Amino acid sequence: MAKLRQCAIYGKGGIGKSTTTQNLVAALAESGKKVMIVGCDPKADSTRLILHAKMQNTVMQLAAEAGSVEDLELEDVLQIGYKGIKCAESGGPEPGVGCAGRGVITAINFLEEEGAYSDDLDFVFYDVLGDVVCGGFAMPIREGKAQEIYIVCSGEMMAMYAANNIAKGIVKYANSGGVRLAGLICNSRKTDREDELIMALAAKIGTQMIHFVPRDNVVQHAEIRRMTVIEYDPNAKQADEYRALAKKIVDNKLFVIPKPCEMEELEELLMEFGIMEVEDEAIVGKTAAELAA
Amino acid sequence: MSELTREQAQALIEEVLEVYPEKAKKDRAKHLMVNDKEITQSKKCITSNRKSVPGVMTQRGCAYAGSKGVVWGPIKDIIDISHGPVGCGAYSRGGRRNYFSGTSGVDSFCDINFTSDFQEKDIVFGGDKKLAKLIDELEGLFPLSKGISVQSECPVGLIGDDIEAVAKKKAAEIGKVIVPVRCEGFRGVSQSLGHHIANDAVRDWIISNRDGKPFESTPYDVAILGDYNIGGDAWASRILLEEMGLRVVAQWSGDGTLTEMENTPNVKLNLLHCYRSMNYISRHMEEKYGIPWLEYNFFGPTKIKESLREIASHFDEKIQEGAERVIAKYTPAMDAIIAKYKPRLQGKKVMLYVGGLRPRHTVGAYEDLGMEVIGAGYEFAHNDDYDRTMKEMKDATLIYDDVTGYEFEEFVRQLKPDLIGSGIKEKYAFHKMGVPFRQLHSWDYSGPYHGFDGFAIFARDMDMTVNNPCWGMLKAPWLKDEAEGEQKAA
Repeated sequence: MAKLRQCAIYGKGGIGKSTTTQNLVAALAESGKKVMIVGCDPKADSTRLILHAKMQNTVMQLAAEAGSVEDLELEDVLQIGYKGIKCAESGGPEPGVGCAGRGVITAINFLEEEGAYSDDLDFVFYDVLGDVVCGGFAMPIREGKAQEIYIVCSGEMMAMYAANNIAKGIVKYANSGGVRLAGLICNSRKTDREDELIMALAAKIGTQMIHFVPRDNVVQHAEIRRMTVIEYDPNAKQADEYRALAKKIVDNKLFVIPKPCEMEELEELLMEFGIMEVEDEAIVGKTAAELAA
Repeated sequence: MSELTREQAQALIEEVLEVYPEKAKKDRAKHLMVNDKEITQSKKCITSNRKSVPGVMTQRGCAYAGSKGVVWGPIKDIIDISHGPVGCGAYSRGGRRNYFSGTSGVDSFCDINFTSDFQEKDIVFGGDKKLAKLIDELEGLFPLSKGISVQSECPVGLIGDDIEAVAKKKAAEIGKVIVPVRCEGFRGVSQSLGHHIANDAVRDWIISNRDGKPFESTPYDVAILGDYNIGGDAWASRILLEEMGLRVVAQWSGDGTLTEMENTPNVKLNLLHCYRSMNYISRHMEEKYGIPWLEYNFFGPTKIKESLREIASHFDEKIQEGAERVIAKYTPAMDAIIAKYKPRLQGKKVMLYVGGLRPRHTVGAYEDLGMEVIGAGYEFAHNDDYDRTMKEMKDATLIYDDVTGYEFEEFVRQLKPDLIGSGIKEKYAFHKMGVPFRQLHSWDYSGPYHGFDGFAIFARDMDMTVNNPCWGMLKAPWLKDEAEGEQKAA
């Protein structure tokens, strides 16, 4: 048996982390790999395409109902979906109350203690809330957990800012533990020269663009049916894209401590690709009237 | 009062439950039982280790209390950092009477409160850097400490600080053991989970530190587990084991040291006094190192003799003869104590409500004095504790789990025991009710109670409490006639 590989997927909110992760995992499962997904987001939408469910019962929700997490059994929270993929969702509070980060910590500890990380697994994927807002959301990349991080991004400015910020977070944990950046996954938004741009960003950070996932409506068609493309339409061209991504991840050997860019460097890159206007220092702080004068 | 029948005892439970709202009544009913000698498995008649009912007075502690206060606190040569705001450390300092020999602040650190004293900024920006700095400062101020444990208070678990990473880094820097313990108070329903977490931390960070290193062993090496040396208990136990020819390699954790704990995997037999708080590490050592473990009871001569013989049965004739020699040596003294106190205590009824092992372990000691335990319960026991308790208790006695302040008072009002053994939080309520009371967590500034020497003190303390003339003076003289008159009329 090969060693279990644990991977965490980060990226700006709404970038398509959950969709990409589930399609990627489905492709891995299709090729015979044993995989588990651990959703680390109170929204709990990391496993629905695998389970054909609206929302899986989450560890924290069940723990709250049972009284405490000690009252739960593994079978209660671990569900099996497409091609035997194991699915767990940490869950957490509704927005604005409680502590979602603690939910992630409690859920991952519970899964570990109860033996969810069984010997037959090849991969575990953590699908993590957009921003690493507190220590709880860094739980998946602490020592002994995920060793590889993939950042989902696109050619949009804010997605690239977020990717760079996440790289900064990784540096801290890379120095204290063993976690490494394993690549950027470009989930296309059809911006100009998107692949070149992300490749340039990857080079600056010291990593690779592991795959460029083109935009295709079949993803939405599958999603409406709560399915991955791999399952909904295995012959679709897009399914092959996810298979290609899966294969690249299986064969991936490039694990680095990232070198995140300074703000100026990132802005230069964006200007180079015409995404950001060149700043004109002369206009800073001038009102419309002053400029007209 | 005369002994209850099973039906009367059950009726008493139902009467006491009557005041609760429906849901609380249903819940609490599962935690109260009348002992039935025919049932061997407690799960058929009592529920335990569940969340307390909101609104009742429960006496439970938290996971931090179980880890820092019980398991880690007594290890004398390591520094326990209460990591978080100042209160947890301050209020858990020096309350448990776990004695140690050594010089405080030089080679022993049990009675000092070390805390990272979290402020607002530590919550917002994380406390990792402060913890690292604190460890540096401790190293400068107390260079003779053998190691450090980081006892997590609630906020540490919420903000998600990576104390494991800090511990690893600083341990490499200072060349000492640093153990991160995830015992945030909100985890679990009582201090019990804290014991388990503390045991797991010992397993992960300490127990295998000296694997493969040389150790001069003897065939008679044992370790004392789950004795916290309250009032010197572990010392009174250790001398008996040594007198019978065994070598005590380690004391866990009362007056214990890090080195002793690291050397424990070399022993031939682990002797477990408090099952609840240290069964986890005992089982681990059994699995990993093949060391058997044995529960024993050093309260009262009957149980001590039984235990000494059982311990000896795991060794050769030399030790077995040693056990007999020790028993023969102390028996006259024990007989004299019983001859002195038994006539004064004969037939007195006792109710107990304590922690890990005492509600069952002290039953034999009371019986040696002619006393009878008519009710027993635990704050944080699991069902394996009740399995053991049911065997010690007489038929139709009361057993109560996580008993509420109200239930306990009502049971006492109705059963009118001559003595209650419980903790500081119960003490003054029962004193005001005029019921003799001994603290069975801390031994009321007294002790030791373990071993033959301890029994002499135990017997004296019970006598001076039960037969103290003060109990006859609680009523004001001008109310006395009235009360007596009422009694006559009734």
